[in-house]
Amino acid sequence: MADAGWRRLGAFFFGEGWFPSSGQFSLLAMLWATLAASVGALLIAVPLGVLSAVFSRFYSPRWLVTPMRKVMVMLAGIPSVVYGLWGLTVLVPLIGRWEPPGASLFSAILILALMILPTVALTSEAALATVSTANLQGAAALGLSRKGIVFGVALPSARVGILTGALLAAMRALGETMAVLMVAGNVVQTPSSLFDPVRTLTANIALEMPYAAGDHRAALFASGFLLMLIVTLLAWLASRGGVHEHA
Amino acid sequence: MKIISMQKIWQLVLLVCFLAGLTNNALADKKKLVLTGSSTVAPLALEIGKRFEKLNPGVRIDVQSGGSTRGVKDARAGLADIGMASRELKPEEGGLMAYRIAMDGIGIILHRKNPVQALSDKQIKAIYTGKITNWQQLGGEDRKITVVNKAEGRSTLELFLNHFQLQNPAIHAQVVIGDNEQGIKTVAGNIGAIGYVSIGTAEYDEAHGTLIRLLPMAGVPATVANVRAGRFPLSRPLNLVSKGAPTGLAKRFIEFAQSAAVDDLVTAQYFAPLAR
Repeated sequence: MADAGWRRLGAFFFGEGWFPSSGQFSLLAMLWATLAASVGALLIAVPLGVLSAVFSRFYSPRWLVTPMRKVMVMLAGIPSVVYGLWGLTVLVPLIGRWEPPGASLFSAILILALMILPTVALTSEAALATVSTANLQGAAALGLSRKGIVFGVALPSARVGILTGALLAAMRALGETMAVLMVAGNVVQTPSSLFDPVRTLTANIALEMPYAAGDHRAALFASGFLLMLIVTLLAWLASRGGVHEHA
Repeated sequence: MKIISMQKIWQLVLLVCFLAGLTNNALADKKKLVLTGSSTVAPLALEIGKRFEKLNPGVRIDVQSGGSTRGVKDARAGLADIGMASRELKPEEGGLMAYRIAMDGIGIILHRKNPVQALSDKQIKAIYTGKITNWQQLGGEDRKITVVNKAEGRSTLELFLNHFQLQNPAIHAQVVIGDNEQGIKTVAGNIGAIGYVSIGTAEYDEAHGTLIRLLPMAGVPATVANVRAGRFPLSRPLNLVSKGAPTGLAKRFIEFAQSAAVDDLVTAQYFAPLAR
């Protein structure tokens, strides 16, 4: 009995593919797509967001700080469907001219990066603001250059806050549905190139839940549960990372 | 004099809003219809709903898409008052009544700048199963074909597969879309794309300047006139589906949707109104 149970569990990952009408519920291709899109987006958005926060805090002229923050807050507030619509009507055709079909893992990564960049920038900026002025002034007194103060003192001190911001961004990227549904192509396959159309776990749930029944519906719930497990794992890892540093 | 704090004032305001919201909801539940289902029927149902609301003040018609299968399932489960389906009911969907409100067809669309003027059934099958991958093989430019397919659960997919005798696993698509409009926007944004959508939706968008072109099928031009005359090979009915015989507000709405009073709305969406 238990053996059949484990085999059933394996079917979620090592089956033939996602063919609900024939009872095949392999989530592996979509899991890869979700992870690839989120990791790609984080690789773009986190460095850019942190650097944007560093610029805003340490390098920008005083008159630029507030307008920039207001723009970031506005970008962070735009609903994801709007990003999806813009992606579908502007970004995808643009990428399509370069490498058809356009709707692909690459467009999903770009759209997700655009969506999580404001979050990372804003939380990083808040984290940098908590770095004690005494530390910064001490570093300046020791003769460190501005670059040295930023990368040697400020960023390491703000590390935990920046990590929290990146974690929030990662969770948003993993859970994003509408925008990815409109730009990623929605073909269930393991991406072999950046320009392959893919379907993420979230887009799959949105496309199929309205009409799914029985085992199919249960499989969709299982994919949602898998997503929750990934997010929980991320959160746990982040908390471990924080604890280690203080140990 | 007792000073009333800002917090207390806010609490009072929010409490009043909450209570007002409760009353509104109670009224709306009695005079609200929820329609879910086919993304082809949804715009037409929306227009009919608006006119119905004008003629019956106090009534709200709520239209959501999600695919014909969703419409049928929601109608059966009671999640929607009326389901919208752009196909006939299947034999296993018993216990439901379908009321036809218009006729529509399914046409192949290309980007307007694509020089290919017509495709035979065999060519369409070959494109969708991945045997032909470049427009050059069909007399067009040297450009990869981007095949746009519909997601499962959509009647447009089922009817397309049925007509061309294909199975969904055999289709090699580059993009899978949900609603008709997503398909149209995908094809309009990619010169090498090919897709299939409702003729009504496509003709409507073509007339409003979207860069798509409907192809003739088996020599018959994909126009609503041909659908009305029964000449177009891939036609389908647009149905409102109800669980058993409809009563009350749902009954009045279905009767209104089937009446001649909405023929102009049907033709404005490029669907064929019922013959009377």
